[in-house]
Amino acid sequence: MKSPMSLLRKKDATQSILASILSIIIGLVVGCVVVLVVGLTSDNLSLSSAWDGIRLIFAGIFSTGRDAAGQLTFGFNPTNIGNMLFRATPLILTGLSVAVAFKTGLFNIGAPGQYLMGTMATLMLALGIPSESVPTGLIWIIAFLGGCLAGAVWGAIPGLLKAFLNINEVLACIMTNWLAANLVTWMFDISNFKNVVENTKSGYIYKTTFNGVATPKLGLDKLFPNSQVNMGILIAILIAILMYIMMSKTTLGYQLKACGTNRHAARYAGVPDRRNIVLSMAIAGALAAAGASLYYLSGNTEFYWSTYQSLPATGFNGIPVALLAVNHPIGVIFTGCFMSMLDIAGVQLTNLTAYNEYITDVIIATIVYLSAFSLVIKMFITGRKKRKAQKANTAAVSTSVAEGEGLLPAPETEKGGEEA
Amino acid sequence: MDNAPQYVIEMLHITKEFPGIKANDDITLQLKKGEIHALLGENGAGKSTLMSILFGMYQPEAGEIRKEGKQVTINNPNDATALGIGMVHQHFKLIEVFSVLDNIILGAEDTKLGFLQKKEARRKVMELSQRYGLKIDLDAKVEDISVGMQQRVEILKMLYRDNEILIFDEPTAVLTPQEIDELMQVMKNLTAEGKSILFISHKLNEIMSVADRVTVLRKGKYIGTVETKSTDKQALSNMMVGRPVQLEVTKTEAKPQDVVLAVENLHVPSKLHKKDAVQGVSFQVRAGEIVCLAGIDGNGQSELVYGLTGLEKCSQGKITLCGEEISHASIHKRLKNLGHIPEDRHKHGLVLDFSLEQNLVLQRFQEPKFQKHGFIKKDAVRAYAELLIEQYDVRSGQGPITVARSMSGGNQQKAIIAREVDRDKPLIVAVQPTRGLDVGAIEYIHNQLVAERDKGKAILLVSLELDEVMSLSDRILVLYEGEIVGELDPKKTNVQELGLYMAGAKKTEKGGDGA
Repeated sequence: MKSPMSLLRKKDATQSILASILSIIIGLVVGCVVVLVVGLTSDNLSLSSAWDGIRLIFAGIFSTGRDAAGQLTFGFNPTNIGNMLFRATPLILTGLSVAVAFKTGLFNIGAPGQYLMGTMATLMLALGIPSESVPTGLIWIIAFLGGCLAGAVWGAIPGLLKAFLNINEVLACIMTNWLAANLVTWMFDISNFKNVVENTKSGYIYKTTFNGVATPKLGLDKLFPNSQVNMGILIAILIAILMYIMMSKTTLGYQLKACGTNRHAARYAGVPDRRNIVLSMAIAGALAAAGASLYYLSGNTEFYWSTYQSLPATGFNGIPVALLAVNHPIGVIFTGCFMSMLDIAGVQLTNLTAYNEYITDVIIATIVYLSAFSLVIKMFITGRKKRKAQKANTAAVSTSVAEGEGLLPAPETEKGGEEA
Repeated sequence: MDNAPQYVIEMLHITKEFPGIKANDDITLQLKKGEIHALLGENGAGKSTLMSILFGMYQPEAGEIRKEGKQVTINNPNDATALGIGMVHQHFKLIEVFSVLDNIILGAEDTKLGFLQKKEARRKVMELSQRYGLKIDLDAKVEDISVGMQQRVEILKMLYRDNEILIFDEPTAVLTPQEIDELMQVMKNLTAEGKSILFISHKLNEIMSVADRVTVLRKGKYIGTVETKSTDKQALSNMMVGRPVQLEVTKTEAKPQDVVLAVENLHVPSKLHKKDAVQGVSFQVRAGEIVCLAGIDGNGQSELVYGLTGLEKCSQGKITLCGEEISHASIHKRLKNLGHIPEDRHKHGLVLDFSLEQNLVLQRFQEPKFQKHGFIKKDAVRAYAELLIEQYDVRSGQGPITVARSMSGGNQQKAIIAREVDRDKPLIVAVQPTRGLDVGAIEYIHNQLVAERDKGKAILLVSLELDEVMSLSDRILVLYEGEIVGELDPKKTNVQELGLYMAGAKKTEKGGDGA
């Protein structure tokens, strides 16, 4: 019995990866179809530019521009790769935020709000602490931790509402998102961090380099010249590994997962379910905010503070990142990189063809749909497999599901609707 | 014999395979006209599959079905209904907010120009009700009537559709002893009027008292068909399980010692109603005795246990466990002295998506034995799980790493019992520990509980099964509408008396003093 079962488990993991890859491929193909249709219907685009567009979607990361003859050239492009890693940093962390919450049975759609709160706390600390008296390294650490804390507090709010008043975390998260958007706008409106020096731009906050605060490059800029990459990506990967360890090796992760998958059983066993729900959300919030901190502490990035009408896409993109990774913290590293790779492809499309980067938004949107959908397919496949396996397994005692259902308490009760 | 018209329905040599398993292997069931034929078997013996085939929900790979000697094919439940086959399901399929009459005619309504014609239906139902002695109130809403009456509604539904062959799927699970007697009488009336009944059950007493013949299945195989007149309970249970089973719990006289659990004037709120579900209950449980809380489902047993274990806050009263007041203590603190075999093993007892080993340390993962600096000691957990699996004979596909969801109900329950018993606490609260389990597993669990009692544990048992109450307990407390209405000695009482208490028809002053 043992070997076929473990084979099944392996198959299960394979299934997840296959499902993710499938949705990525379909997403890319749909993107190509859009490129083709747009190319054929626009006056200023031709079939050959459509072909260029398609090539850039698949290999934008390796694009090295156009040669003298005007043909696209491809090759190893360290700048693109460096930028990809830089943009992946916040995506990995918002992805982790969603994935960790998911693993503990919560849907953290509040990542954008937590991201904004993290942005605000980080920027205010990084720009507000005088660098004449405090070493910039220390300011960096304070700003980073302060950002995480702000996100944790923001994440804990829906957690508290869920734990004590049984308010669905999705609703509470959506509301806290807009609260954050307005709060952040207002706070920066009345602050003196607005960049009024460079008149060519308006509505932006100073880069943290204004105060001399920036994430160290650690020589990564030598490895990937002309790119924005810095130590942030290493921190993000480290956090992902820590999350993996926390979720799978520690008593904390065990508790959080127990509360997430069956709150009733956790309560029965004396595990403080309320505390754990709040904690899960706080951790998720801190992760999303850490993404914001690392992004804005880089020193290359400016924050457009008037966000009260829109939420940062990075926060929402954490959801497809987590879904594609099947909520596995290590997988999030790769799917985060993949999503940022699409970003880079979008930039290449804008720079090198008459297309704009919104094509990649179409691709991302398709992948989001499909990754949710492929999860359903996967659940269906594994569900069938499980049932089959169960039947084979319990041959001795249980010959049919119908029989068991008639005599046992309803097997699905623990997935009660109230938790969904 | 094969074509003898005396058989109203025959299922001959039925074989049904599911991937990897033969659910029915060459099974033959012949129902005579006007008889009550019991179908007996443990969980998973293939009873439901066989009935599903009769209902057209599955198609057999081999074998044939005959009605009155003529071969028929049943492709879907409508075909079954057309052949006059009707079924009373274990869980009633009634619409609670509809009246009894509306429920009976639902799906077989007479209409004229799109308007319901209830007059004729009412007359027909009334006539059926009188003819078979099925007392019902046609205009009451289903949600307001008793479980017994709901069942009568289900029976009338079949009769209204002129079904000749009636299948009863575990019909007595939800009834009081008095209602069971009534049902048995109704079943006899029905057969006297020429109906034929298939009676699915694993309760030997009922089969012996009402059935004419019994067909026994075991692990998908046909074991045999016997006349109840020429057999006895022990023989039937041996046929069902395949080995001699000890039906009676053997236990010595209880030697109660110190009070372990003392409950005074406990009130616990109800989840569903404004009224308290437990209203001023007082009792004690001593070390070395099994105290059973008997009662019909929904009389406050669940809430009482929630109150004791901390899953629900008590609104009033005092609970003392091992000399410590725990009325408002956290669940974690209460678990220090209490093992809890919960009523709903899927909701409370197990995290179904966790592995067996993770489930076995559900309360204990914080202990230094299983963790160090917050990291789970995987090897220690594994070793412990293997020990429990060995000791308590928990069977599963992959041992410690089996996902709990994939285990059979009996083994899930064994895992919970292993965990709770091994935690070795002075009080064990066991709520319906044998629900839905087969005879072999029940025997095992009963023996475990008695063994724990003999080790000096105090055991509070909540059970809806009267046989279990009578055979296992040293003292019986009867709960009715949230109050203790009687304290009985199982040696000095009988099922009939217990049933009267459970139905609220009888009350003793002693037990009700808390109210």
